[in-house]
Amino acid sequence: MSQQSTQIPGLLAGLLGTLRRDLLLAWKRPGDVLNPLFFFTMVCTLFPVAIGPSVEQLAFAAPGVLWVAALLATLLSLNSLFLADHEDGSIEQLLASPQPLVVLTLGKTTAHWLTSGLPLVVLSPLIALAFRLPPGTIWVMMTTLALGTISLSLLGSVGAALTVGLHRGTALLSLLILPLAMPVLIFGTRTVSLAAAGDAYSMGLFALAAYAVGALSLAPFATAAALRISNE
Amino acid sequence: MSPLFSAHNLTLIRGERCLFRELDFALDAGELLLLEGRNGSGKTSLLKAIVGLLELETGEFRWQGAPVSAQRQAFLADLVWLAHRTGLKPDLTPVENLSFESALRAFRSQDIDAALERLGVLRLRKLPLRSLSAGQQRRVALARLLLAQASIWLMDEPFTNLDSEGRTLLGDIVTEHLESGGLCIMAAHQEVPVDAPTRRVTL
Amino acid sequence: MWTFFHKMASPPHFFRVAKTLIPWLAIPGYALLAYGVFAGLFLAPADYQQKDAFRIIYVHVPAAYLSMMAYMIMAIAGGIGLIWRMKLAHAVAASAAPIGVTFTFLALATGSIWGRPMWGTWWEWGDPRLMSELILLFLYIGYIALRSAIDDTAKADKASAVLALVGAINVPIIHFSVEWWSSLHQGPTLVREGGPAMDPAMLYPLLAMIFGSSLVFGSMLLRRIRAEVLRRERRTRWVKELVLSPGGRR
Repeated sequence: MSQQSTQIPGLLAGLLGTLRRDLLLAWKRPGDVLNPLFFFTMVCTLFPVAIGPSVEQLAFAAPGVLWVAALLATLLSLNSLFLADHEDGSIEQLLASPQPLVVLTLGKTTAHWLTSGLPLVVLSPLIALAFRLPPGTIWVMMTTLALGTISLSLLGSVGAALTVGLHRGTALLSLLILPLAMPVLIFGTRTVSLAAAGDAYSMGLFALAAYAVGALSLAPFATAAALRISNE
Repeated sequence: MSPLFSAHNLTLIRGERCLFRELDFALDAGELLLLEGRNGSGKTSLLKAIVGLLELETGEFRWQGAPVSAQRQAFLADLVWLAHRTGLKPDLTPVENLSFESALRAFRSQDIDAALERLGVLRLRKLPLRSLSAGQQRRVALARLLLAQASIWLMDEPFTNLDSEGRTLLGDIVTEHLESGGLCIMAAHQEVPVDAPTRRVTL
Repeated sequence: MWTFFHKMASPPHFFRVAKTLIPWLAIPGYALLAYGVFAGLFLAPADYQQKDAFRIIYVHVPAAYLSMMAYMIMAIAGGIGLIWRMKLAHAVAASAAPIGVTFTFLALATGSIWGRPMWGTWWEWGDPRLMSELILLFLYIGYIALRSAIDDTAKADKASAVLALVGAINVPIIHFSVEWWSSLHQGPTLVREGGPAMDPAMLYPLLAMIFGSSLVFGSMLLRRIRAEVLRRERRTRWVKELVLSPGGRR
């Protein structure tokens, strides 16, 4: 066997290939995408039921409610990020490939965001309007959710990789990720609240963007390392 | 001349148990290495250690005269790992599953149909894998061997779930691979229908 | 330097060195603590605003400081263990976690008790330091939970090291975000401890408490590491010889 027979595909091919496969899988199992969305909607509905239908109270609570619901929905979907791959052995194939694992996990995380974070962003204006959030602040909320869910997907993939294959993985995943997600939650909710109150909020957006960039540059490496460790 | 692939002074410890200690073997082009031993003796662990999934306590593998650890990517580019779990997605069709491989390694995607044909599962190409029998799924997984352009085949009990015709077919495929200068390391607990120079390691 | 580093990484050598080191940390540590407690309770004048309630800083500040310190030790040791495959470093990380969580809990409890006379409530949500400390407690809980969920020690070591590193990068960000969050509440904040304005009679006992508890922390950590090393190396010859040697488990 000569050397030219071992040409490996480029990094982009690895990233896009993993991304495409996970999107294809999501397309074939729409329930995995839809269930967290229904969950998100239901959690948001719980609050008016629990705290009463007073419009001022709802508008005041809206950013927090939306963000907590989004955080929980993301956690719900994160659980399955590596689980199926672990069970059918495809994780081992990723580890045994000449492609850098970081690239492949980044492809998977991107697919996770496209199928969990992005739908939340798209759905959120509906909920925000129902909560009487001022219409002018809705795009602020969508921006915070978009940036925040990117960070949550990246951060969560580290947790998912650490807990894959463990018995009580689901509960453990929440335990690991929730404290780490605190800055995202704080920046997200405060930014929307400030915007709703008519105050300067750009600081929060910058912080969220900075966090997302930081997570994008560091988290895939942690995820790859964690996956290697989990599959020993 | 040094052998194509060799292992030196391998010691592997899993948890509390030492699976093997100071193990050596060597393998040249065209040779089959059979890993033998009872259940739990560390056959799969040794294969995983070759792929780099497990860390060795001591020792190293050498490939083309240099340590594998110094050329991991080139080594993996020339290797196919057929694990006990097939690594195929139950929701995808055989063609979709195999096409994904081209993202991971040098792969002849254009020949997928021919490979499925040879393995006798071409008519199932559009069905989701979950509707296939275990033996048929294994045949789809074997198609990866034919399509990947790799000289090292690592196989963990590849004959599992195959009928007698499938066993003969896989034996032929492995024999052809070895005749063309490849090499194969296989964990097997029974005799394999491969007609090639064979070395054995008992764990 | 490197040979020293290398030698310390050998478990039997560390086991012996740690044994001789422990009293050198523990004795001055407890002496400083004794002075600090006495001086803090009886010699330091009462604060003119907080009266005697301020004296809780003599426990609160060292506990808060050590809770952070232990997390950093855990993360750095985990990183060393991951990068240089040093098994002793993982034993350090595993030993630091339970001590760290204890100090975190102590810092939270004393902070909460302090809040009662200060703000008239046992828990003030608006205080960024209490919130940071609470999140730190959650981080510790996650770390310990992950460690105990993985049966294989080597795997647990590596997985928890990754988590500790991710956590350590997040700790300053969490602190910053909580500061920002509470600044918008305009809630009450604790009077800043330390600073040049503090009366020396108040300051010296505080310094004694900080140094003293750091030394005691060091001796406790060494003790735990010794036990951890013994547990991890129980199959090796040196441990067997040690246990069977005349004089017992010395």
